[in-house]
Amino acid sequence: MIGNMKNKNNLKLIVSASPHLVSGLNTQKIMLYVVIALMPSLVASTWIFGFRAFALTVFCVAACMIFEYIFNLIAKKPQTTKDLSAVVTGILLAFNLPVSLPYWIAAVGCFIAIIIVKQLFGGIGKNIVNPAITARVVLLVSFPAAMTTWQATRFAGDAVSGATPLGMIKEGLEVPSNMDLFLGNVGGSMGEVSALALLIGFAFLLFKKVVSPLIPICYLAVVFFFALAAGEDPLFHIFAGGVMLGALFMATDYVTTPVLPPGQIIFGLGCGFITMVIRIWGAYPEGVSFSILLMNILVPHIDRLCDHIIFKVKTVKKKSRSTKKTVMNNIKEGTK
Amino acid sequence: MKDKMTIFTKGIIKENPVLVLLLGMCPTLAVTTSAINGLGMGLSVIVVLTCSNIVISLLKKAIPGKVRVPGYIVVIAGFVTVVQLLLKAYLPELDESLGLFIPLIVVNCIILGRAEMFASKNPIVDSMLDGLGMGIGFTMALGLIGLIREFFGAGTAFGIQLGTEITPMGIFMLAPGGFFVLAMIIALINWLSKGRAIKKKEIGCDVCPMIGTCSGICEKEEAGA
Repeated sequence: MIGNMKNKNNLKLIVSASPHLVSGLNTQKIMLYVVIALMPSLVASTWIFGFRAFALTVFCVAACMIFEYIFNLIAKKPQTTKDLSAVVTGILLAFNLPVSLPYWIAAVGCFIAIIIVKQLFGGIGKNIVNPAITARVVLLVSFPAAMTTWQATRFAGDAVSGATPLGMIKEGLEVPSNMDLFLGNVGGSMGEVSALALLIGFAFLLFKKVVSPLIPICYLAVVFFFALAAGEDPLFHIFAGGVMLGALFMATDYVTTPVLPPGQIIFGLGCGFITMVIRIWGAYPEGVSFSILLMNILVPHIDRLCDHIIFKVKTVKKKSRSTKKTVMNNIKEGTK
Repeated sequence: MKDKMTIFTKGIIKENPVLVLLLGMCPTLAVTTSAINGLGMGLSVIVVLTCSNIVISLLKKAIPGKVRVPGYIVVIAGFVTVVQLLLKAYLPELDESLGLFIPLIVVNCIILGRAEMFASKNPIVDSMLDGLGMGIGFTMALGLIGLIREFFGAGTAFGIQLGTEITPMGIFMLAPGGFFVLAMIIALINWLSKGRAIKKKEIGCDVCPMIGTCSGICEKEEAGA
C-alpha cells in the first residue's frame, strides 16, 4: 500500500478494513534490511573460499534480476525488480551452492527460482514455496555431482576438495571441532559455513524488527533436542550444514511461512523434525532444504488449522448447521 | 466424407486424449522418459484402440447393457495380450523398458472411454477412424513429452547422443520432470488456442467419464435456462 503511494504514477485511493496502521516499512525496505543482514555471511564466505564466492553471488543476483526483468517485459506486467526481492533470492540461492559450481548451472538455478517458482505463480507474495530452496533442490537432484563437489577452505592447507561436516559423519570420518563450525572453517555451501556471520546478520534483522525469532527458535530447539535424544552432539548438529542458514533466513520468509504464531511454531517444529530424520536415517547427509520445502507446501493447511486456535472458532458440525437452519426458518417465518 | 475426416482428426489436436481430455495420465507420466518409449507405448495403444473399437462396434448389439464394461474389458485384454506377445517376440528391448505398462493398457481410460462413448454407439468405419485418430493423438503427445524429457534429462534424442559438453538435468527423467513437461505443454496448447481447446461445448457429454451414471439433469436444466 505504501509502495503504491510512493509511486507517483499509481496514485490510487485504497480502501481497506481497519485497523489502518501507517508503518515506515515497505517491501523494498524489508528486502534491503535482509540484504544487509546477509552481508556478513558474504564477507565470511569470500574470506573463507576466496574471490569466486563473491563473484558467484554477484552473478546469481544479476541473473535473478535479469530473469525477473525479462519475464515482466514479456508478460507485460509492472516491473518488480525495484523491490529488491530478486536480489534476496539471488543471494540466498548463491549461499546454497558450492563455491566451485559452474556459472551456467547457477544460471539454471536462478531461472528455476525466479521464472518457475516465483513469476509463474504470480510474482512476489504469491509463490507457494521458497524460490531459493526449490532451485537448490532441483539443482541437487539434477546435477548431483556438481552440487556436492565441495572446495576446501583456504585454511585447509594443501587439500583441494573438502567434505562437509555432515558428509564426514555419514562416512564415519573425524569431524571438525565445534569452534571451527561456528566460525566457518569447514567445507560446505557458500553461505552456510559460518554460523557466527549468519547470527550477526540475524541479530540485525531482529533489531530492526523485520522478522520474529519464533520459527528459528523452534527449528533449532527441535534439532538440538532430537540430536540429544539420538545420542549425537547437539551443538554439532546446530552449527553444521545448512540449519543456521535455513532456520534464520529461509524459514523466516514472509510469503511461504504461516501467518500466525501458533502456525509458526508448528512450521518450525516440522522443519526441525524432518531435517533431523533425513540427517540421521536418510540417504542424503543434509535435509534442511527438503524440510523447508515440505513444510512450505503444508503452510496453507497449517494456516487453516491455526485460524481456529486464534479466533476460537470450532469446526462447524451438524448441530450448528441445524441451529443455523432453525434461525433461518425463524427469520423466514418472521417475514411471513 | 467431411464428417469422417472430422472424426479422424478431432483426436489428434482438438480432442487430444492426453493434452485436452487429460485421459491416460498414468502411462503418459510413467513411460515418457525417452522418445522411443513414448512412441512405442503410443503405437501399442493405436493398435489396441483401433482393433477394440472395431470389435466393440461390431458387438454393440450382442453385448447386454448391464455387463458391457466387463465385455469391453475382455475384448481389450485380448488385443493387449496379442500386442504384448508381439512386442516380446520382435521388440524385446522396448517390452523391457515399458514393463508393466503394456499389460496396464487394459485399464487405460482412453481405450475404455472410446469403447463406452464412441464405439458402442457408432458404425464400424467411424469407430475405426475414431480409434486411429485418438491413438495418433496419444502417440504424438507421448512422443513429444518423451522427446523433451529425453533431450533435457539425458542429452539425447531417439537414443542419439547430441553432445557431451553440457551435463543434462537429471530431474527431467524423474517424476517431477514428467509432471512439469506435461503441464507446460498443456499450458502452451491452452495459450495457443486462447483457452478454447478445453471447452465444454466442444467436448460435450460424449466423452465425460461419468456419462454411464449421469442422468444428464444439469444438461437439461442448462438447456431449459
